Amino acid sequence: MSHLDHLNRLNDLKLSRRDLLIASAVTATASAIPGLASADAVAEAAPQANSTPAAGAASSTPVMASLKLTINGQPRQLQVDTRTTLLDLLRENLQLTGTKKGCDQGQCGACTVIVDGRRINSCLSLAVMHEGAKVTTIEGLGTPEKLHPMQAAFVKHDGYQCGYCTPGQICSAVSVIDEIRQGLPSHASASLTEKPLLSAAEIRERMSGNLCRCGAYSNIIDAITEVAGAKA
Amino acid sequence: MKVFTYQRPGATAEALAAARTPHTKFIAGGTNLLDLMKLEIETPEHLVDVNSLGGHLDKIEATPEGGLRVGALVRNTDLAADSRVRRDYAVLSRALLAGASQQLRNKATTAGNLLQRTRCPYFYDTNMACNKRQPGSGCSAIGGFTRNLAVLGTSDACIATHPSDMAVAMMLLDASVDTLRPNGQARTIPIADFYRLPGNTPHLDTNLEPGELITSVTLPRPLGGQHFYRKVRDRSSYAFALVAVAAVVLPDGSGRVALGGVAHKPWRVAGADAAMKNGAKAVSDRLLAGAKTTHDNAYKLPLVQRTLASVLNDAKKG
Repeated sequence: MSHLDHLNRLNDLKLSRRDLLIASAVTATASAIPGLASADAVAEAAPQANSTPAAGAASSTPVMASLKLTINGQPRQLQVDTRTTLLDLLRENLQLTGTKKGCDQGQCGACTVIVDGRRINSCLSLAVMHEGAKVTTIEGLGTPEKLHPMQAAFVKHDGYQCGYCTPGQICSAVSVIDEIRQGLPSHASASLTEKPLLSAAEIRERMSGNLCRCGAYSNIIDAITEVAGAKA
Repeated sequence: MKVFTYQRPGATAEALAAARTPHTKFIAGGTNLLDLMKLEIETPEHLVDVNSLGGHLDKIEATPEGGLRVGALVRNTDLAADSRVRRDYAVLSRALLAGASQQLRNKATTAGNLLQRTRCPYFYDTNMACNKRQPGSGCSAIGGFTRNLAVLGTSDACIATHPSDMAVAMMLLDASVDTLRPNGQARTIPIADFYRLPGNTPHLDTNLEPGELITSVTLPRPLGGQHFYRKVRDRSSYAFALVAVAAVVLPDGSGRVALGGVAHKPWRVAGADAAMKNGAKAVSDRLLAGAKTTHDNAYKLPLVQRTLASVLNDAKKG
């Protein structure tokens, strides 16, 4: 079918753009309601992942699994769809919306959280794979009343503009200082055998997994450098 | 994402048994598999999480032969930072550190890194024909936007590249991949025999059997010499290679070289190693023999030669 034919067929449907928008809004609402209204019922009715280890999932019924982990010092016990990423668990199930969803494919770093002492992209990790883990999000680093030193430094140095990437930037920044202290090498390290320096070049390379489309990079480096220096 | 069941076995026998069921996948770091599952390029019905298998799978140990045995679950961060790897296999540390971001390296494993799927944009775009994603559907990359795609070992069915940096270093070092077959039998695959060229079966990246589990990657005795991993990319960090040159140069000027970003697998040619003392042009002529380029990716040939010249020049400086 040519492109023009395709357009003509679409026109034959005689739907105005407004009608189409209304129709799709109704569809979206209808499909969202059962999930919201019966989340608990689904949890009970759906097969348990652990009880059917080798069954496979040929059907489209969500598979639920139980999960225990600690988030910002608070133990949590949950039932989750096996498909839930750690990012969606935080944002959708626990309403910890400080952690942001940017690209959802590990390219932007907005979803960075610290798990068992190491920063990861929470969008590329299944929640069920974090049984027993200790997760720290931006909400666990500091509070509006008592900011983490890195949060205070970002404010002081204007290390953001729109702020969307900032929670991920700060979780990464806290980890960067840890990683340099531990002596982990980076692509920017001139020597693999000597301890890496707390230099701007090292910090830039180590922060390369966190994109800032407002371009606050130089202020972010200033903020991290100040915290690193103050603690040295 | 398609619905799947999930299992976290505590022993390899249990993991192998589970993987005998069709449509089952092992998952370790998950940084590539999960991305592909979201796009429904990978649609496993059952996931076997191998992170709790324990044993030697998350350790780096010396071998009786004087090499290192790297467990399949060793994270890229830990492998790059291991003091023995930094001292004796610096090209491997450098390759790992040139790949991805710290967040990803913290999750990504040795075996998972080897098994990354291509980053060909036509493989990722499910609206496009792709023989690797859907055998027999055609290849939209051929005749498409090919700037990042392969120039060596291509076929009429596929011009995808392998994205791993680590694997290029493993190829250079003559590593071998230790596995357990679905029946529990152990085998060792030299890395030169591990990856496949696309041919007319581009959906197969490696010679692993379905349900075969990588347990470790073994490095032979250290080579000595100077180690280089020079990656050329569109930005100075956190991007896939346009071309990458891995090299070990010994004091007498002999050595080895492997390329990344140019083929369906890390590229190494015995004749090129033999020409190391004859300079970058001689080596790259042998590495690039038979190259098939497009208007968009022909730049990779001079880029390989110049990157290699830069590496050999640095080697002379010591």
